Order: sequence, then structure tokens, then C-alpha cells
Amino acid sequence: MSAEVSKAETAMTTEDLEHHARLEEVWREPAGFWGWFKHVHHTSIGKRYVVTAFAFFLAAGLLAGVMRLQLAFPEAHVLGPDKYNQFFTMHGSTMMFLFAVPMMFEALSVYLVPLMVGARNIAFPRLNAYSYYLYVMGGIMFYVAFFCNTGADRGWFAYVPLSGPDYGPGKRPDFWAQLITFTEVSALAVAIEVIVTVFKLRAPGMSLNRIPIMVWGAVVTAFMVIFAMPSIMLSSTMLLLDRTCGTQFYNPSVGGDVLLYQHLFWWFGHPEVYIIFLPGAAIVSTIIATFSRRHVFGYLVLVLSTVSIGFIAFGLWVHHMFATGIPQIAESFFTAASMMIAIPSGAQVFCWLATLFTGKIVLRTPMWWVLGFMFTFVMGGMTGIFVASVPVDLQLHDTYFVVAHFHYVLIGGAVFPLFGALTYWFPKVTGRMLNEKLGQLSFWLFFIGFNVTFFPMHIAGIRGMPRRVYTYPANMGWTLLNQIESLGYVLLFISVSLFLWNVFTALRRGPVAGWNPWGAGGLEWGTSSPPPIYNFLHLPTVNGREALWDAAPDQPVVTGLHEDSREFLTTRVLDAEPDAKDEFPGPTIWPFLAALATTALFIGSIFTPWGVTIGSVPLAITLIGWFWPERQPAARRRAREIWSKA
Amino acid sequence: MIAHSISLALLLGAVPGFSSNQSSLNPAGPMASHIEHTFTLIFAITGIVYVLVIVAMMVSVWRNRVVDAGFPAPQPTSAESDRKATHAVAALMGLTVALLFVMLVASFLTSRAIGEMNGRAPFEVDVYGHQWWWEVQYPSPEADKTVVTANEIHVPVGTPVRIHGTSRDVIHSFWAPNIHGKRDLMPGYDTDMVVQVDQPGRWRGQCAEFCGPQHAHMAFLIVAEPMEQYHAWLDAQAGAPPAPITAQALQGKAVFLSHACVMCHTVRGTTAGSRVGPDLTHVASRDTIAAGTLPNNSASMAAWVSNAQSIKPGVRMPPNPMSSEELGNLVAYLETLR
Repeated sequence: MSAEVSKAETAMTTEDLEHHARLEEVWREPAGFWGWFKHVHHTSIGKRYVVTAFAFFLAAGLLAGVMRLQLAFPEAHVLGPDKYNQFFTMHGSTMMFLFAVPMMFEALSVYLVPLMVGARNIAFPRLNAYSYYLYVMGGIMFYVAFFCNTGADRGWFAYVPLSGPDYGPGKRPDFWAQLITFTEVSALAVAIEVIVTVFKLRAPGMSLNRIPIMVWGAVVTAFMVIFAMPSIMLSSTMLLLDRTCGTQFYNPSVGGDVLLYQHLFWWFGHPEVYIIFLPGAAIVSTIIATFSRRHVFGYLVLVLSTVSIGFIAFGLWVHHMFATGIPQIAESFFTAASMMIAIPSGAQVFCWLATLFTGKIVLRTPMWWVLGFMFTFVMGGMTGIFVASVPVDLQLHDTYFVVAHFHYVLIGGAVFPLFGALTYWFPKVTGRMLNEKLGQLSFWLFFIGFNVTFFPMHIAGIRGMPRRVYTYPANMGWTLLNQIESLGYVLLFISVSLFLWNVFTALRRGPVAGWNPWGAGGLEWGTSSPPPIYNFLHLPTVNGREALWDAAPDQPVVTGLHEDSREFLTTRVLDAEPDAKDEFPGPTIWPFLAALATTALFIGSIFTPWGVTIGSVPLAITLIGWFWPERQPAARRRAREIWSKA
Repeated sequence: MIAHSISLALLLGAVPGFSSNQSSLNPAGPMASHIEHTFTLIFAITGIVYVLVIVAMMVSVWRNRVVDAGFPAPQPTSAESDRKATHAVAALMGLTVALLFVMLVASFLTSRAIGEMNGRAPFEVDVYGHQWWWEVQYPSPEADKTVVTANEIHVPVGTPVRIHGTSRDVIHSFWAPNIHGKRDLMPGYDTDMVVQVDQPGRWRGQCAEFCGPQHAHMAFLIVAEPMEQYHAWLDAQAGAPPAPITAQALQGKAVFLSHACVMCHTVRGTTAGSRVGPDLTHVASRDTIAAGTLPNNSASMAAWVSNAQSIKPGVRMPPNPMSSEELGNLVAYLETLR
């Protein structure tokens, strides 16, 4: 099979070469320092997203290391309470807002979705560039504040009134709340792009029932982002208004309400967990299919589970608030809803087991990460049932048991699949193979290190250790457990360092990967590695769920698109029949400038409400520049409209 | 019951010096013990299911692994070839739903059992969360008999006690795992919970909702004692402390009344009547100071008074520079407040 593929890869006819030259000319990204800020292709922006989000993952991981050192000994003085509270808040906020969502949703979707549906670029590529710059600027702001000793220190959910004007002096909670604004705007932008890309830009033949599960994961997540994010924008903006404008939304002494904040926050906060997990589950379905050498078992069940998780996830938020004293009937409702989500999650696990049970399993690094995922995530799911039960939750809530639980579901459900994804798609993105031995070694170190670090936390929590304590007394029976946990961190540190070394050496002298090193079935493997700037020489058509495996011997390609502009084909939502033609915009500096102006507005509004008023002027200027119509594309568009009406 | 003892062995283990105080698996009253039973049930069910899932996964991978290095061609699949697997998955889903239902009903029954105990309670205590200590009041129909203390809640053994709570500043969470689950104390909201302690003893609890820099040092003790002892304690707390007798203590009282102490603290029977910090009328009768941070002895009291910031950075108590003679006198006076 690989021999066949390589023939197809190398055999470029003269016609193809001319074709390639014309596409290359039209799609080329500008070079040079300023050119870098004009890029709009989804592979450029996607790679930046991956690298940036991974950098934040490393930063938050290093913060965790210092916290583990502080907790390795009772009443230690490595970090005082003030520093510790900044460290754990920065760790949590970075992991959730600057790593997990940007990585699992934005980075992977932006890079992979257009390739997987057979498009030349993501829909709204300039908005995509804008979303990246906004995200990275928000992250930089957050860390600059931290290095100026203004790091957020009220926990990643910053409950009022602790984060309110009366008990959170200074600007620390403001930077936290504004970080939310940055990351949410960028996530919402990507959500729109992903939905439009999946609904309108799919290759002909990729009807709804043939969309790869990875893409289903991205599109359901995108809808969840659209419904969940406004809620936290609301809660954090009301917090900012309380802090900077003297409103009293959350001040109980004048009729405000501290519980309102929690409802708004968790209405976002619980779906957030599934926003992180659904892409992870989609990665697992993808890798399991490739390395079990068969179509994934239960495609329909997996897709419907994904969609129903997307719905049910919005009905569980109150289980974060059982200890606030909820009426019993409401408690029962949310307990039942919380347990109900185990049904679609269980269905997914059983489908993966059935795939493993009936497949031929090739054990390579990506597959090891998926097996590690099963081991850890399923345990996280089981401990989730403990905290879904109101009476048991009243004991476990806000203890280290919960810390263990959510690291099992988030590291298990997102980071294990992420490392699987990074090793799986690394050859596609870079054109080179990672070292298999180093890859498996870093997997085993991570797997053991993870369990050594986080399993004892269950026990510490049951023995009464609350979370978010900067230290603890010596005679509580927690010391040994904490020391084991801190040792586990060392293994995790070595593992991630090895992974980075593996990436570094593979980039310099890894073996060349070829188009499809894993013999996989997704469309993204049907082009060179790394993909050319126009993605596909001939836009593909699709004949089955695993496009390459199910392709007919003479599978047709799309022809008839103009090659003097960035023209593309739109298809219909349900059956992906060709619908119309349109044109992608080209490279431009305006999204970067608009992101700068938006950043100035957001940061300015931390210090004075006038920041919004004054900041909207440069923002308006950049947006006018961005949307200024260009003569030639406009003329072509008019021509096409006449054509499509005829 | 086997699962029960396994879970206990696993979770409590043989840790030297661990008294299983502040552990939810060592219940000292009916509420915690109901919860512990539900915990054990869920532990047993999920534990077994987890082991089966992992074994199924490992067996599949071992049985179907490809030994040579290559990637075999993708297998064709059809509804026909997947029929057995389809039936198995459907059966497992049915089992999942059934087991979830068992756990759901168990959880409801526990909630209801605890809820039924939430009726009338003959004793009542008010608990107010502060950054970072607990104000405890025993209301009395005679206003001057109201007992005000801190960080230590005395309750009679085997009797339901209603704990009525709220917060004076940010959100705190009242949690003594041996006795009951936690309950948030929120500004603007009043909460009520009924607890009952069946085993006499000193049960440790701790704030469970992050409440600022010293969240880690915000513990309390629930002291459960027989009824007569409880009443004796309550009567003693309701009165004024004995007047200081020794010259040192008398000088210490003068130090107390002439320094910043009176800006925040109350000692009934003196001019000190501020309510910012804990009531010190009977401070010497308590086990700990600074919300469970230090044992209550003269050395730690002296250290606390002279520079609380070095022990509990961020606490409201300011450093109190004074000569060692003054400090000694002051501590001697505080030790008379029994």
C-alpha cells in the first residue's frame, strides 16, 4: 500500500506542475518581518495557535511545580500565601483559558478542520488571524501583570465578594476578568469560522453522515462555545463594572447577589469542561480507527453522543454549587442530569472498546496515548459519579478529591488525547517523523508520573484536605501523600522535557514522513506533508467516512475553479452538493492592527471606564481599513452572482 | 461490606499518627454516617465497573495487536460483521443505565434521610464566618446570657443541634467531615443545618471555600461532651471571667486596656467591647488560638500577640511592639480569662 501511495505522491505531470505554480502564485503568504503579521492561511495561524497554547501549558506546568514544592512539606515557606494564591490562580486560569480551550478547540480546529473537509482555507481567514492575535495579546497581558506582582489571586473562578471591590483591592482581579474577555472573543470568532467551514466548505460528497468524527467534535464544540461564552462574558463584565464603575451587581448589602455570579459562571463553567473534552474524545475516535485498522465502531452512536453531551452539558452547572444550599427538588434534578451525562460518555467508551475488540491493533505512540486516556479518563468519569451525588459531594466538594477528579478528566480527557494528536499529526504538519522509542518513553513517564501525582489526591481529599490551601499542619496525615504527589511531578517534568527534545530533534533530522505514514483514512492525509499553502492540488471529493480508505479507484476531483484568484466551492449543508463559488480574502495587516486596537481598549478599560470610549476610535479606524472593499474581487464577485442566478 | 472494609483500608491506611480526625470516612454522627454508606456503595459499583472496562481494553489490545512492524490494510466493516459488537454495546449501555439508576436512588434516599433529620432541634448555635476565623454565638432569651466565643463549638452528645450560619465578609464553607458535609456561609444568605454528634470528642473542621490569603489557617473544633458538662461549660461562658489576682496579671490587664487590643477585642466586664476580632472573655478556656493555627499556651500566645503577621501573614491582627515585660504581663492576664 505504501508503495502505491508514494507513486501517486511523486508522479506529478507537467500539467500538475503548471497547476501547482499558478496556485502557489495566488496563495503565497507574504515574506519578511511585516509579512509574518499578514498571514491568513489556516495552517500558518493554526501552527501559531498550537505553539502558543503549548507554551502556556508549559508555563502553567512550571507554576504547578513550585506549588508542589511548597506542599511537599507541612507549614513550608517556599511560597507565602500571597504568592501561592497567585500561583494557583495563574495555573488554573492559564490551563483553562490560555491552554485547554485555545489548544483543544481553537488550535486543532483551525489547523485540521479545513484539511479534513477538503477546503483550501478556513472560512473568514482574516477573522481567524484577528482571533489569534487577540488571544496571544491577552495571554501576554496576563503574564506581564503576573511578573509585576499583579497576578490574579482569587482562583480561576474568582468568586465574589472575594474578587469584588471590597475584598479584592488593587488590579489583580481586573486583569483576570479582562483575560476572560480576550480569550472569549477569540474563541467566539473561531467558533463562527468552524461552523461555517463545516457547513459550507465541505468537499462534494461529504454529506452529514460522512463528516469525520474529529470534525463533528469541532463543530459541536463550536456551538457550545457560542452558547456558553456569553454567560461568562456577562459575569466577568459585571464584575469589572462593580470594580471600576461602582455598580452593585454582586454587593449583598445593597441588594446585589453573590450567588448570581456563581450561576452565571458555572453556566459557562460546566459546558467549558466538555468544550475541552469533546475534541479530546474526537481525537480518540480518530486515532483508534487508524491504529485499529478499521472504521471506528458505532459512528452514529459516537456522533449522537457528542451532540447529546453538547446539550446535556448545559443542564449540570448547579452541581458545582451543591454546598450553597439548593432546594432539594433542584438538587435531585441536577444529580439526575449529572448522572445522565454518564450515558453518552459510557456509549463512547463502549464503542471504542468494540473498535479495539474487533480491530488489528498497531501499537505506536499515538495509540499508547489513547490507551492511557482510557485508563485515566474512565477513572475520572467514575469519580465524577461521586461528586454528582449531592450527599457525597457535600463531603468531597472543594477538597483534594475534586482536584484529583478534574485532573483525571481534564488531563485524562484532554492532555492524553492532545499528546496523541501531537504525535499523530506531527508528520503531517512538519513532514517529519518523531522518534518512536523516545515517544513511548515519554508516554510511560507521563502515564506513571500522572498517576503518582494525582491518585493520592483522592485519598488526601477524603481525609479532609481542602483545596487551595497554601499549607497544612503536620499532624493531619496528609504529609506523606503530598510528598508522593510532589515526586510524581518530577516524572511529569522529565516526560514533557523528553517530548520537547523529541520534537526538537525530529524537526532537525527526523526521517521524512511522506503523505500518509500511518496509512490513515482522513482527507488531510491525501496531500503532501506539510500541506502546500493551497492545501490540495486538486480539491477532493468524498465517497465514505474515511475518505482515503473508501475512495473509488477513479475518485473524481473538483475542477472548473478559477486559478487567478482564491476561488473556492461552497456546498450544501446536508448532502454537500456543489452550491456556489466564492473567493477567500488575501493576506493583510488589518486584523493584526485591529487586534492591537482591541487590546488597547480592553487594557485601558481596566484602569478607567473611559478606555472603552476612547479606545473605540482606533478600533473603528482599523475595522474600516479591514473592511474597505477592493475593486477587483468586488467585480469578480458581481460576475459570479450573475452566473449563479442564471 | 467487603468493599467497605477495602475502601477503609485503602483510604485510611496505616499512617502513623493519623487519627482519622477530619476524615469523611470516620463518621461520628448519623449525617456523616449516612453519607459514608452512599460513598461506599458508589465506590463498590464504580470500582468494579472500572476494573472490568480496563481488563476488557487490555485483553482486546493484547489479543488483536499486530506483532510485525507494518500497517495492515484497513479491514472492511459492515453492519453484518459488527453485529455481535452491536449487541454487546447495547447490553452494556442497558447495564450502565441500570447501575446509574441504583446510585441515583441511593443518593436520593440519603438526601431524604438527612433532610428528615433537619427538623426541630433543641439546641441552636450561630456561626459567622470571618476572614479567617469563626465567630460562635449561643443565643439566649436573656440578652446578657448570650455566649460569644470563637473557633470552638461545644455541643451535647447525641442531640440534634441546629447550626445557623452566615458570613460577615466573603464566602466561607463550614465543614467538619466527621459530622456532616459542608455548607457554604454566604454574605446576604442565612443557612441552617442540623448536626448530631454521637461520639464524644474534639472533631476538627476547616473552611472549605477559598476565602483569601489565610484560607489554609481557618480551622475550628467541634467539642462534643455529655449534657451536664455541656451545660456547665455554657454557664461558665455566660458569666464574666474571674478577676485577675496576681500583680502580674493586674499589670497585664492595664497593658491590655491601654494598647491597641481594645480596638478589636471584647473582654466582658471591662471597657474593651469591640467586635472586629474574636471575643476574648474566656480565651484561656479554648484549645487553640488563631483559628486552630497554634496550641493555646503562653509561648504561642506571646508570639501571636507580638507579631501575628509572621505566623499568619495577612491576618487582621497587627504586630504589637512592646517590651518583653509588658508582653509577659499581658499573656499572664490573658491566661486568667478562663
